[in-house]
Amino acid sequence: MTDQFEPVIIGFTCNWCSYRAADLAGTARIKYPPNVRLIRLMCSGRLDPTFVLKALSEGADGVLIAGCHPGECHYLEQNYKALRRHRLMQRTLAQFGIEPERVRLTWASAAEGAKFAEDITEMVEQVRKLGPLNWPANLPTKPVPVGMVAAEIPVLSEEVA
Amino acid sequence: MTDKTQQERAGEERIGVYVCHCGSNIAGVVNVEAVAKFAAEDLKDRGVVLARDYTFMCSVAGQELIEQDIHEQGLTRVVVAACSPHLHEKTFRNVCERSGINPYLSEMASIREHVAWVHTDKAAATAKAKAIVNGAVERVLKNEPLEAIRVPIDAATLVVGGGIAGLQAALEVAEAGYDVYLIEREASLGGHMAQFDKTFPTLDCAACILTPKMAAVGSHARIHLFTWSEVEKVEGFVGNYTVTVKKKPRYVDEDVCTGCGICVEKCPVMVVDENFEAGIGYRKAIYWPFAQAVPNLPVLDPDTCTYFIGGKGGCKACEIFCPTVPNSILFDQKEERVSLKVGNIILATGWDLFNARRIPQYGYGRLANVFTSLELERMCNAAGPTSGRVVLRDGQTAPKAVGIVHCVGSRDRNYNGYCSAICCMQSLKLAHLVKERTGAEVYNFYIDIRTPGKEYDEFYLRVMDEGVHFVRGKVAEVSDVPIAPSEEGGKLYVQVEDTLAGLQRRIPVDMVVLSAGLEPRHDSAEVGKTFGIACSTNGWFIEKHAKMDPIATMTEGVFVAGCAQGPKDIPASVSQGAAAAARVLSHIRQGELALEPIRASVLEEQCSGCRICNGLCPFNAISFVAERKVSEINAALCQGCGTCVAACPAGAIQGSGFSNEQVLAQIEGLLRDVAQPVTREPVTA
Amino acid sequence: MKPKFAMYWAAACGGCEIAVLNIDEKVLDLDANFEVAFWPAAMDVKYKEVEAMEDESILVTLFNGGIRTDENEHMAKLLRRKSKLLVAFGSCANEGCIPGLANLGTRESIFDCAFDNPSTENPAHLRPQIACQVPEGVLTLPPLQAVVRTLDQVVEVDYHVPGCPPESHQIAAVLDVLIAVVKGEAELPPKGAVLGAGDTSVCDECPRSRDVKHIDKLSRIQELPVLDTEVCLLEQGLMCSGPATRSGCNSRCPNVGAPCIGCYGAAPGVLDQGARLMAAIASVIDAKEPEAIDRVLDGLPDPAGTFYRFSLAHSLLRANRAALAEQE
Repeated sequence: MTDQFEPVIIGFTCNWCSYRAADLAGTARIKYPPNVRLIRLMCSGRLDPTFVLKALSEGADGVLIAGCHPGECHYLEQNYKALRRHRLMQRTLAQFGIEPERVRLTWASAAEGAKFAEDITEMVEQVRKLGPLNWPANLPTKPVPVGMVAAEIPVLSEEVA
Repeated sequence: MTDKTQQERAGEERIGVYVCHCGSNIAGVVNVEAVAKFAAEDLKDRGVVLARDYTFMCSVAGQELIEQDIHEQGLTRVVVAACSPHLHEKTFRNVCERSGINPYLSEMASIREHVAWVHTDKAAATAKAKAIVNGAVERVLKNEPLEAIRVPIDAATLVVGGGIAGLQAALEVAEAGYDVYLIEREASLGGHMAQFDKTFPTLDCAACILTPKMAAVGSHARIHLFTWSEVEKVEGFVGNYTVTVKKKPRYVDEDVCTGCGICVEKCPVMVVDENFEAGIGYRKAIYWPFAQAVPNLPVLDPDTCTYFIGGKGGCKACEIFCPTVPNSILFDQKEERVSLKVGNIILATGWDLFNARRIPQYGYGRLANVFTSLELERMCNAAGPTSGRVVLRDGQTAPKAVGIVHCVGSRDRNYNGYCSAICCMQSLKLAHLVKERTGAEVYNFYIDIRTPGKEYDEFYLRVMDEGVHFVRGKVAEVSDVPIAPSEEGGKLYVQVEDTLAGLQRRIPVDMVVLSAGLEPRHDSAEVGKTFGIACSTNGWFIEKHAKMDPIATMTEGVFVAGCAQGPKDIPASVSQGAAAAARVLSHIRQGELALEPIRASVLEEQCSGCRICNGLCPFNAISFVAERKVSEINAALCQGCGTCVAACPAGAIQGSGFSNEQVLAQIEGLLRDVAQPVTREPVTA
Repeated sequence: MKPKFAMYWAAACGGCEIAVLNIDEKVLDLDANFEVAFWPAAMDVKYKEVEAMEDESILVTLFNGGIRTDENEHMAKLLRRKSKLLVAFGSCANEGCIPGLANLGTRESIFDCAFDNPSTENPAHLRPQIACQVPEGVLTLPPLQAVVRTLDQVVEVDYHVPGCPPESHQIAAVLDVLIAVVKGEAELPPKGAVLGAGDTSVCDECPRSRDVKHIDKLSRIQELPVLDTEVCLLEQGLMCSGPATRSGCNSRCPNVGAPCIGCYGAAPGVLDQGARLMAAIASVIDAKEPEAIDRVLDGLPDPAGTFYRFSLAHSLLRANRAALAEQE
């Protein structure tokens, strides 16, 4: 193994399309990088933004959300809710300094094993380029003094005062 | 925040982890022993009391291993790291149930499809497998015991499509004594098979074997026929579907018309029949689709009828001559909608013919004597426009040489990559018929001859013995322009590389027949959406499993039969129609069906009645109880997608089977190897 | 001897203190049942006097404010040691509140914003220093930490009283509980309990009529020509956090036509209030195409600040990545 950074990505798939696309990629022996760990939900509409935040704050470098193609949702139109949540999440996460490439929404039908594998490959490369996220939210907090170190303490001159 | 219940739970639970080798399928890439060792040692503090690896967990011996451990080691929860849960989740749940623990206290970790089969780096694959097992262990700790939901099955069945697959399915269900609603888009049953003359390889007359079935369906007391109708909307779920059928106006009173045919005879308008006669015959403005149509009712086409075209004035010959009282012609008939209650649905919506015009170099539509296979079928048919004579476009001349081009639009990456399965045999059949009727020289241009059915290859040999020529090569072009001085005008030249002889050939013929492939119905994606099923990238409906379940779909209670699922010949369509019926009958006989207990429910004490969730459910399972100011979920209507669970701003909706706790725990487990150390709560068993 | 009571003010605005005074004559009950050991806003007790107290000698400390500076942290730890019961009092102590929003920027950006904005005159770009030499000696300021933390991220907390500020009637009720405990008339609530709040969301108390939601436009209140006085504010296109906010305030803001901004924090059992709001609002946006969705979302110029207005410091992500990185 080389020393290149290997991101860890959590992938949320729906039971009907994208999880089956992942299964199909397997059955067809299509190769893709081992950086994505999948979680099966019933529908991309089940995707609670909490799950994404949880994954990012627990050490994931990225999150992949995969559902059925718009209009092909097993539950008719719940993937549109996933689409809307994703777009809102992207705006919010940007304010947290999280690059949009780290939280990717994709559609993969049950027949698209190859496409799903391509999506994963592409995302892994993108996140690899971005580098580790290493969300430090859970690190023990160490207070750091503000401003300059003691040696540089300025003398408050009378003019300014 | 410390999660005491989780700590306690991990302490009192006894989890068994089983890592499957799947022969070398998993073990060839994943170090299964290392994964088991990881579970046994590193996950001890998470309640794992034993972890084993075994050749085939799904084998009887593998299942017994788990049963034995449940009994002897007192396991309370089970994780099986093996293939996709779509394959064996049920197997291992059954093992748990047999051994006395709730089946939903088991969890599968997919390390075959999602690891071994898709990765090559063994170390990375093993690390990923460990993470997935870790995720499954955390998740299983949060699993709750659940009971399957039992739904009653309405015995009535909907069959969509009155081709041979749909007919067979409808008959099987009706013969068993249950009601069938058969919906057909066209005016008559029969589908494509009704257009054929003979069927391969036996050369039975298609009509002779099809029409008795059509008649049987048409007259069956249990079969309720809706021709000239389409399914507009499907609501509900397995056992309890409500289907809205749109009956298009045929402008003929179904209850009164006797099918005497005087209206058709008297109608003065003659138009080309692009549909049943494939564009080489004529029909009237009021017409029967074909002679043996079931039901025996004409249909009026308002787009060509003088009365309608003239802004509802003039002609009315059909009405004037109609002998029934009251008159059967209903110019004012309107579209009608019928609501049906059914328990199961069989989709047998068939196929469309590849449009040969899309391959301009073959000249269809440009060169008069280039025909499609369907046109030739109609020509060969004794009841067809030429009364069975095979003639050139002038309607007179019999061809002396005919070229049949295989794989038109199939096995061609410019059009459809797949093999249409029936064209080789169809071409052989047509070659035989042309030879028989005209004595012409017949050339078959093929890529490969595919004759895998019963008696198929024998038929191929027979046709060869009859003197039909076979040229192996993909036709480059069909041209009517002579090039060499020896070539005469008025002929078609088939330019082809004869790959067996290793030379380019230009073969002069009088007629070229394009053996066009099968395509999914042009609207298959929309139809799939209506029924809640998906199409493959090619557009065919996706079956539940390509090998183990080519009849069911991912939507419970919706089955597929015939070419709607993929190209196939008549015997295969009939078999699949019957098989779909068998599946439906099994549902009906069970009376009720056990469904996955994946449902959402409202914690009433936490619900504030904000009504965010109210509009989110496409199954209308969520309602607002005004008196108590809370929202409520009807478990019978809920399909378990979990969208409302994710949307509830107060966290007042719970989703069984995929609870927040389960998913969050799984995330933690999956990330345990990369999580910052401080998040790691030491939990001792 | 009466049990000892303390109240302390860390990174907060002071509103919680005012809210306590707003309980009117009820404050006399406090005096009747407790000896006030330490309450800088009300009486003068020095830190060193607190340090001199015996550990756990204070029965209950109401701690308001988040942990922004080293001084806040020192006092949180000190009061934890000296108190039997430490109550995170008010939104700041519980979830960071408005000061916590500063977690969306780095310390540098906070200083830039405070000391170099268009309304300040600071040509020398001076910044406060942790120590500064003046003729009389060295003046010191407590160091500002990289991010605001909540009380329970620094020390163990026994009870939570949410709200910005906690409603006076709720404070009075909490006080009644404490007095009853002191008198031996009641048991202490289970550790970790949220006191002085409801256990549903604001909508439960909101009198406005509610219907199925389809949001095709999000507006700010001043952009609406007319505000219906009877109908759910969210349905009128105002970003109301009520559905995802713990009840207990008697829907104060929506009652007067102002959308709930979420000060009572997440509803019970919710891990991340902002995530709940994101999920809920996005779910009911009436658009399917990305561009149409974006048009609706454009009505929400500061999503993180809106969804996490009070709960940012206690959310899953807690802060902007750059701010957190400074913490390491």
